[in-house]
This record gives sequence, C-alpha cells and structure tokens, in this order.
Amino acid sequence: MKPLLIRGGRVIDPADGLDAPRDVLLREGKVAAIEKPGQIRAKDAEIFDAKGLVVAPGFIDIHVHLREPGQGYKETIATGTAAAAAGGFTTVCAMPNTIPVNDTPETTLWMQAPERCASARVDPIGAATRGSMGETLTDYAALKDAGAVAVTDDGKPILGDAIMLEALRAAAAVGLPVIQHAEDTRLTGGCSMNAGVLAFRLGLRGMPVEAESGLVERDIALVRRVKNAHLHVAHLSTKKALDAVRAARKSGLHVTCEVTPHHFALTEERIGHYDTNAKMNPPLRAESDRAAMIEGLLDGTVDAIATDHAPHAAHEKEQEFDRAPNGITGLESALGLAISILHARHRMPLSKVLALLSSKPAQTLGLTGRGSLAIGLAADVVIFDPAEQWVFRAADSRSKSKNTPFDGWQMQGRVKLTVSEGRVVFRA
Amino acid sequence: MAQTRATIRTAQKVSGPSFFQQPIHPLSAISVNDFPVAEVRRILRSADALEKDDPLRRMKHLAKRRVALLFYEASTRTRTSFELAAKALGADTTLVSSLSSSIEKGESLKDTGITLKALGAECIILRSPYSGAPYVLARATGLPVLNAGDGMAEHPSQALLDLRTMLQFLGMHAGAIGEKCLRGVTVTICGDVLHSRVARSNALLLPRLGAKVILCGPPALLPETAAAMGPGIAIERDFEAALRRSQIVMMLRIQAERLAGLELDADEYRNRYQANAERMATHAPKALVMHPGPIIRGMEIVSEVADGPMSAIAQQVANGVPVRMALVARALATLKGGRR
Repeated sequence: MKPLLIRGGRVIDPADGLDAPRDVLLREGKVAAIEKPGQIRAKDAEIFDAKGLVVAPGFIDIHVHLREPGQGYKETIATGTAAAAAGGFTTVCAMPNTIPVNDTPETTLWMQAPERCASARVDPIGAATRGSMGETLTDYAALKDAGAVAVTDDGKPILGDAIMLEALRAAAAVGLPVIQHAEDTRLTGGCSMNAGVLAFRLGLRGMPVEAESGLVERDIALVRRVKNAHLHVAHLSTKKALDAVRAARKSGLHVTCEVTPHHFALTEERIGHYDTNAKMNPPLRAESDRAAMIEGLLDGTVDAIATDHAPHAAHEKEQEFDRAPNGITGLESALGLAISILHARHRMPLSKVLALLSSKPAQTLGLTGRGSLAIGLAADVVIFDPAEQWVFRAADSRSKSKNTPFDGWQMQGRVKLTVSEGRVVFRA
Repeated sequence: MAQTRATIRTAQKVSGPSFFQQPIHPLSAISVNDFPVAEVRRILRSADALEKDDPLRRMKHLAKRRVALLFYEASTRTRTSFELAAKALGADTTLVSSLSSSIEKGESLKDTGITLKALGAECIILRSPYSGAPYVLARATGLPVLNAGDGMAEHPSQALLDLRTMLQFLGMHAGAIGEKCLRGVTVTICGDVLHSRVARSNALLLPRLGAKVILCGPPALLPETAAAMGPGIAIERDFEAALRRSQIVMMLRIQAERLAGLELDADEYRNRYQANAERMATHAPKALVMHPGPIIRGMEIVSEVADGPMSAIAQQVANGVPVRMALVARALATLKGGRR
C-alpha cells in the first residue's frame, strides 16, 4: 500500500480540538504525520490535493443493517460498506437482526472475515437475547471476545423488566453497552406511522410518543439499579424520550442516545400519498419532535448521529403502506443532511457536526483507536467539500437498495475521498 | 471503424422517476380531495344526465371499453353498483377477487395491476383492506383508478352518492353545488368513526360545501384528533345533543373486523349511541337517517328507524349506480365538460 500525503486541506479533528491547515501523511494503515502545510517530505507517497476541502477522521455509524447473513438480496456487507465509504464512513456497527440472528461468536466473526470484502471496518453488535426472542441472555463475554461492541435486540425491544435488568447487569460485568430499540410494542400493534391527526386522516394506525418514552423511562429506572450499567437509546425520535435521557444524564447515569438524519430532517408529512420510503421505525414524527431532535443535537444531549441504514428491495417497498417493511437507506445522505441542516441552517460549527459523526459515536460505544486523527491511530480519513451543492440521486447509490426519501434532494457537503486503514475505498 | 465507434456510448445510468414519483392518472378518484367543488358539481350533474339517458343510447358511451373490478374485501353494494354502472354504459367488466385469483398465491397489487392492464383494462376499480392501496395501483399502472374503499382511509364514491342523497332530501339540484350550498346544514356522523372510510370521505367533503359536520361516538372509536382532520368538523360525545342540532344523521356500523383487540360494551354502546325510535322521535324527528351499510339491526340502528319514513338507506344504494356511472365515464374521459 502506497503512502498517501493529503496536502493543503483544512484538518478538523474534533477529538483534540484541531481545526487548521495541515498536511496529513498516511503510511502502513496508520496516521504517520500531521504537520503545517509543506512540512512533510514523503517522496514515495501518492499526493492528494485537498485545497478547499476538509480532512477529518472517517465517520463512524453505530447503527446500520448490513443484512448479511441471510438477506443478500437487500444488501451485502460488501455493498453496504461500499455505500458507507461513499458516505465518508470508515466504521459501521452492524445490527444483529440478520438471518440467523447474530447471537453467537461464530456469526460475529463471520461478519468481520476478510471474505466479506468490506470497504469499511465492520464492528458487529451482538444480540442481547438468544434469537432476539427476549427470553434468554446470550454469552456477552464470548460475543465481546469475538469483536461485538454492544448488545441489542434492535427491531425487537427488550420488553420484560426482569430480562432487561439481567441484560444490563451482564453487559455491565463485561463492559458492553446495552442498546435499546425503545418501543413498547404493546402500544404499537398494527401501527405504521406516528400517532396523531395525520395518521387519523390517512386511515393508518399510529404509534404514540409514549410507546417510545415509556420504555426509555422504564430502562432508565432499571439503569439506576445496576452499578456501571450503560444504556444506549437507539434512534431516539421524540421530545419526551429525549427529555428523559437529559434528566437521567443530569442525575449522573450512563445513558446515551443517537438520532438519525431523517428524524432531524423530516416530519410525518413526508409520507404524502403513502410513500413507503417515509416508513420506518421509529416513525417520522411531528414538527415539535423534529425541532426537539435539532435542539438535542445542538445542546449536546444527543451523543451521535447514526443512520439506521436499513436497505429493502424495491418490490418490498412498492406495496401498500401497511405491508411494506420499515426502514430507509442512509449512509450516503448523512453528511449532506448534517451539513445542510445542522451546519448551514442551524449554525452548528463544522467541528461539532464532525464530532457527532466520529469522535462522539466512538466514545459512545467505546471504540478505541478510532474517531480521531492522532498519530499512530488507524488511517481512517474522510475528505469532503463542505460548501459543494449537489443533488443526491438514489440511482447512483452504492447500496444494493434505493429506498430513500431523499432522492433528488439538494444537499450541501460532498465526500471526495474516503480512506479506510490507509486504503482508498471511495474516490468521487 | 467510424461507424462502430458511433454505436459505442458511455455507459450511463438511465433511471426514470422512481416508483413513488410516478404520476397518478388525473381522472382517478382516490380521495374526495381530488375533486374541486366544480368537479363535484360536474360529476353529480353527469350522474343526473346518465340516469335520465335512454338505456340503449347509454350503452354506447363506453361500448366494449374494458373496466376491471379488483376486490380484496367483501362488498355487496359498492361492487354491484360499480359493475351495473360500467355495464349500463356498455363497458365490458371483469371481476377479480382475492379468493378466486392469483392474489391467493401471493401476487402483489402491483403485479395484479400490470396483469389487468396487459389484458386491456382501461380503468381499475379497487377495494382494498389497506389504506392508500389505490395510490400503489395507480402508480404501477398509470391507469385511472377508482377507489371503492381503501382500508380506513376513504370511500369517495360513497361520499358522492351520499351527497346526492342529501341534495334530494334538501330539494336541491346538482347544478346548485357550490362552496356555500350546504350552509346551515348540520350532518352528524355517529358510531365507529375511527375505522370508517365513509366517515372520513364525508367529513372531508361536506364542509367544503358549507355544511357543518358533527362526529359522535365513544373515545375508543372516535379520538379527539379526528376534529383536526379538516375545517368544519366538531366532536360531540352526547348523541342526543348532536341529534338536536342536525338535519341529517349518518349512522355507522361497528367494524368488528378492524377492532384489533379493542373491546366494547355492546349494551353501553346501544344505550348511548343507538338510533332507536324513541330517541329519534324526541331529538330529531325530521332528520334524514342515512347509513352506508351494511347495517347491523339492533346494534347501531333499529328496524323502526332503518325502515321508517325518514330512512334514506335504500335511496343511498339506488344513488350508487348513477354516481358510479358518472365516475366510470369520467375515468374513461367521455364525460361532457370533464377534464381530459
């Protein structure tokens, strides 16, 4: 692998507060040097001219569905991570709702094997209970040894108080976070969108806000009872649940949360005439909830932007709204949405946007050696133009699936080069 | 050599608009909101004209045109009247129902639509248990789709025939339809509003013609949010108070098939919301009583009322045929003065 010298860029490394013109040398898969422009000599290196571009740590998405094993027609680890690379992500955390469910060290290792041809690092998240059935805990120590970075039954919440308490205890003992898909499914049977007047008008059953916030509140109460427990709330979507997380944190509990780009970019109105590319779980909410997500991102309550990238085949989405599966792709539109909405519209400093995409998610799931450009760390780098206006086209996506509500959206901020462990995995 | 080169083109991704960006045929009838007030007037005037038309002459309007009826749910009134309407205009009709077709084998709505189009269907009349299904069919086929009821969402042809029934009761002609034509008229819709597509279509249409709509029913079947669905809609939980303010009352069946585990005390429901003889005589003796059917006698309505002098239930059914003739004719663009 030839060394890569990135010259003349604006280097932003939120982890150590750096935001200045710097040259960056990547050698043997590591960050080898960061110096003032013109200071690095590396005759053997390929040179990338980053003038006018931002050079930052590769993004980390702690919530993606890569669909392998079992549903390669929607996505494979190869195509999903290719999409990740195109979106500037160099690490993705893969949810365990595969077929079979990733509840064993074997599957966890299989997902990380070189034969998967990944363009980004894949950090699997193991199932919290066997088969994600919510009954028997999996072997957290063994999953962790195999590379799992957290446990969850994502898609299926851990409903029972006793089993959730057990999961928090077992995870705390081995130092893993428990990620909860917070949805009290006893309140959401047959529901396909947010509860409210629009659901009534469309004749669809609505998920009440309380189905999310109620479970978050229950989980927080359980966290209080377990020493060193870490609860991470996946794809938080309601003001009420966010308020609960904020209060828990103030009281000193280790509770973190993530928000998806679609929950800070869109409201339930996007459903229009039953567009299933606006159907996901948790559903798009009301404007007041969307505004609360922005506020939580701005005030630091939200720890990470995570996409919940959930590819589905066209034939699955081109159906009646109630029959279509939940989820949208998100890896390639995340940066554009974050810059357009958080930075350009809400004046969030670029370094803060990048922190939410790299250093903070790394910190949230305890991914060491990632999310920063410190010398000696993995050469995971994204180079993007923060000002470029472009139109996102689903048809151009590297993902196997094109189920996005952002097709045709004008966006600001475009990835130019992505380097994963020293290897160029995406070039615009 | 030059020729060969000319035929080689750079590989380009050719992508048309995605499925959800496909246009909906403008002569579809999926929601009552598809019709501006003037269009409502044109449709009901056309219904009048087609009804009066000589049956043999009428046969020529759509002679040998192909209309498909695609029914994923049971139906008596709607299916029969759409079929009779299309046939009265001379069209060939074919009925595809979920129990006797490849739908049973798992064929999707999209593929069923493509198949019907390939067989020559020029318009599809769809009933589906899924809200929004007509949009899927319209996008998949590009054909005009007439919504014969989709899930809990809408039933626009029912709202139009209900309007025709109301105008007849009020002694008004279709030509009088305008934004204020129902000013001073209050219509109470009582019962299982939550699950009712008829209630939604009526509640969205009638205020646009100047009427006031009162929704009535227990909270479990009528959430507070219903009133925010559109202008001119209010909620009144006291059925008798609603009756006293109403010129027209529309009773709804409790849709047991859509209750999804909800449990209701039937006796309590009858006590509070049933249209019985004494209640009607005391609180709204002159009100027109409507019901989209099927009626459950002894539950939301009793026989004395359903069969009584103020009942318009059979008349509503009869109005189904001319109104649906107008919608089918419009879909196939033979409606005089209609949009092409």
